[in-house]
Amino acid sequence: MSYLIKGETADWELVIGLEVHAQVISNSKLFSGSATSFGADPNSHVSLVDAAMPGMLPVINKHCIEQAVKTGLGLNAAINRHSVFERKNYFYADLPQGYQISQFLHPIVGEGLLEIQLKDGSIREIGIERLHMEQDAGKSIHDKDPRRTFIDLNRAGVCLMEIVSHPAMHTPEEAGAYVRKVRSIVRYLETCDGNMEEGSMRADVNVSVRKVGETGLRTRTETKNVNSVRFMMQAIESEAQRHVEIWESGGEVKQETRLFDPDTGETRPMRSKEEAHDYRYFPDPDLLPIELTQSYIDDIKAAMPELPDQKKKRFMDDMGLSAYDADVLVAERETANYFETVAKGRDAKVAANWVISNLFGALNAAEIEISESPISAEHLGALLALIADDTISGRIAKDVFEIMFETGQDPAQIVEEKGLKQITDTGAIEAAVDQVIADNPDQADEVRQGNGKAIGWFVGQVMQKTQGKANPQAVNKMLKDKLG
Amino acid sequence: MTNPNEMTISEARDALSEGELKSTELVQSCLNAMEESRDLNAFITETPELALERAEQSDARIAKGESRGALEGIPVAIKDLYCTEGVLTTAASHILDGFVPEYESTVTENLAQAGSVMTGKTNLDEFAMGSANVTSYYGPVKNPWKLDDGKDRVPGGSSGGSATAVAAHLSLAAIGTDTGGSIRQPASFCGIVGMKPTYGRCSRWGTVAFASSLDQAGPMTKTVRDAAIMLQGMAGHDVKDSTSAPVTVPDFESAISGDVRGLKVGIPKEYQIDGSPAEIDAIWQKGADMFRDAGAEIVDITLPHTKYALPTYYIVAPAEASSNLSRYDGVRYGLRVEGDSLDEMYENTRGEGFGDEVKRRVLIGAYVLSAGYYDAYYVKAQQVRSRIAEDFRTAFQSVDVILTPTAPSTAFAIGEKMDDPIAMYMNDVFTVPASMAGLPCLSVPGGLGDDGLPLGLHLITKPFDEETLFRAGDVLETQANFTAKPAGYGGGK
Repeated sequence: MSYLIKGETADWELVIGLEVHAQVISNSKLFSGSATSFGADPNSHVSLVDAAMPGMLPVINKHCIEQAVKTGLGLNAAINRHSVFERKNYFYADLPQGYQISQFLHPIVGEGLLEIQLKDGSIREIGIERLHMEQDAGKSIHDKDPRRTFIDLNRAGVCLMEIVSHPAMHTPEEAGAYVRKVRSIVRYLETCDGNMEEGSMRADVNVSVRKVGETGLRTRTETKNVNSVRFMMQAIESEAQRHVEIWESGGEVKQETRLFDPDTGETRPMRSKEEAHDYRYFPDPDLLPIELTQSYIDDIKAAMPELPDQKKKRFMDDMGLSAYDADVLVAERETANYFETVAKGRDAKVAANWVISNLFGALNAAEIEISESPISAEHLGALLALIADDTISGRIAKDVFEIMFETGQDPAQIVEEKGLKQITDTGAIEAAVDQVIADNPDQADEVRQGNGKAIGWFVGQVMQKTQGKANPQAVNKMLKDKLG
Repeated sequence: MTNPNEMTISEARDALSEGELKSTELVQSCLNAMEESRDLNAFITETPELALERAEQSDARIAKGESRGALEGIPVAIKDLYCTEGVLTTAASHILDGFVPEYESTVTENLAQAGSVMTGKTNLDEFAMGSANVTSYYGPVKNPWKLDDGKDRVPGGSSGGSATAVAAHLSLAAIGTDTGGSIRQPASFCGIVGMKPTYGRCSRWGTVAFASSLDQAGPMTKTVRDAAIMLQGMAGHDVKDSTSAPVTVPDFESAISGDVRGLKVGIPKEYQIDGSPAEIDAIWQKGADMFRDAGAEIVDITLPHTKYALPTYYIVAPAEASSNLSRYDGVRYGLRVEGDSLDEMYENTRGEGFGDEVKRRVLIGAYVLSAGYYDAYYVKAQQVRSRIAEDFRTAFQSVDVILTPTAPSTAFAIGEKMDDPIAMYMNDVFTVPASMAGLPCLSVPGGLGDDGLPLGLHLITKPFDEETLFRAGDVLETQANFTAKPAGYGGGK
């Protein structure tokens, strides 16, 4: 499905490339031992190295290398056994060294491929150019004082993975799906928490347009400061529109960096002069190149968890789930794990239903995550088992579920305590059925005369008489037998 | 007994351990000399209270039989490029005004652990950039060697303050840093011993960085034996420095056997420069003769890429420096000169805070790294650098040590060569190749030039072979028997 901007002179298509910056999950920073946790008091996670004091030197955090390799493998990318850290030189107050240690000519990860699924069910493969490691900068806070900027260096030096896509997306939806997929993968791998609101994952969007049929690429602009997928898609739409208007009026799009304003839904040029910068990249002489052995990479690959795509395929092929249900369940690793525990040795589709409709419904209403679910996966599974072996009816099960959600109790215990066992004893059911028929002779006649709907009414009455505990199927059958 | 401040470390070691001398006396003797010779401007900061406190601790340990070794109680002057906890550290620059580190460099920490006593922070060329110690914000240093013409002479640079401190017996020893010759060349100008170990032998952590791939800590002493003792206390792997070599530190002093029979000494023809003063060739020849007399074998060798070393150095070193000095921006420490915007503040602070030579090198460095020039200059220079290293590797297949002059002249007068940076850079012509190859090297006083000022002889060995360096240097020192002293210092007339 294509997304075109219908201009006055032609139809225009979009060319979108994304640079996703993902903060690596690690205890300490990329080149120093400072803590990386979010929300600490300003400048409390700053070491001598982070503050670029005279004579300080960087020392690589090996765990960050592992996280980057893991992520590269998760993106189906080539791992470069030789990579080099280079200095990217520029001046800004939140960059203590006056350079950022990054990777330029020799990144740790090369070409990769990401599969995205769109709303219409179609699948596209988006090429990834590279992933490299770099230091994050500190934070500049401009709005605390009219004449001064406050600098917080807690974030300075935290490891970022910069994932650069090819300019291979053409619609805002594709861009959104791409970011969501990247987020899902890094969360699965536990290499990044993907939290865009807190800034641990950010996207820079490169947008250009061209007339349908054009093969080259026109000037692109880069939009920074998008901290949600929704805003990113808005930014793409507004920026593409702006480009088309400029081209069609005979102007030329200026290559620049822009900021997205969530209030207006539009972009504006960045106010700083740090535009046409010559970063004077050169290999950092304080660090050795990274040399990875094949066995190091193989070990990481062997220890990787099953990723969303593989899991989805397994849920569909082996468990017979629909693509939609499988998608919902694999979106988060925790959900998938929960579901699999529930479904183990049981009907997978029933399990999927209970998790997606009942559990998610309850969790959303209570505004809690699955990790905080009062109902454990084992208990939910046990509930399904009680239904499957006819101990309780589906209707009763819903009541039990509610009690489980409130109390966290074992379902068997609840059924026992509240005496909710289904009545399957035909004698007892028959007694109730006979009673209801006897009490309602007119309705009984209706059924005998062929009004099928009335059976349902009888079933309801019998269920009421037995406080819902009678097995509805047995009741139904008995009524049919008795009322012809 | 000699005045304590005129002793060597090994002499003082004996006197201290035999109870003939106390560290406090030794240190006080140096402090007195420092006070009397302030006109030399060798020190930026003197630390007498701290020194006497440490000396007392040393004396207590010695008395209990718990001496930490050869450096226990020995006064050592520290180049003001090493960050010293609680003591002003300036790198001889206005831009580090008021900077008092809350941390100690690994090398000075090692020396303190070994029991040595810091007497003060010595003067240097600003950010270690210079060969005459005339670019310091705190004024030039004077070489204690003088001639009758009344002109003050340069001590060499950048470790000019440390060289003067040792030559004038203001301290028993000092430490400097050497990037392109900043220990060896001043050692030559001041008639003392100075050595630069293999790159990676000493940690760079806590040492203000000039050129990361070249900087090395090193001792400046009165004798080769003292240099070995000092290096022992300074060296060692440091995990906080990723370029620190994970190699064990051998016993350097025990390598001084006095025997160089059969040692192969290489004489590289490319160090014979057209127009070089005759006295330089003469001292070099004398050095070869001295080795021959001691039983060593002289071998002619070739180091074909020698002439590219100086230009390559003056591309690579400024490039790294331009980036290393970006952190001096007025934001977190040191001088800040306010402006109406961030950029203005940067311009004001760095414009005022840096001296001319530093600015010159930062600009050169930015230029050679800039788009369009990076490949032609920086990349090319690094490629030539590997050729220079290859030359040495090949040479060391046939020789054990290489002998060259240290400097192309004796100490010139303060004020000379100021108009011509290139002429100033030429001071490093003999020392720079070994720096580019990361090799251990040493300057030993070889004799006096025609004008009666000291000339040094320069030895280079294989990576991590400081042992051969000290062995050869000690023999050369014995043979040269350099007993001349600067007038008015240490008994000199």
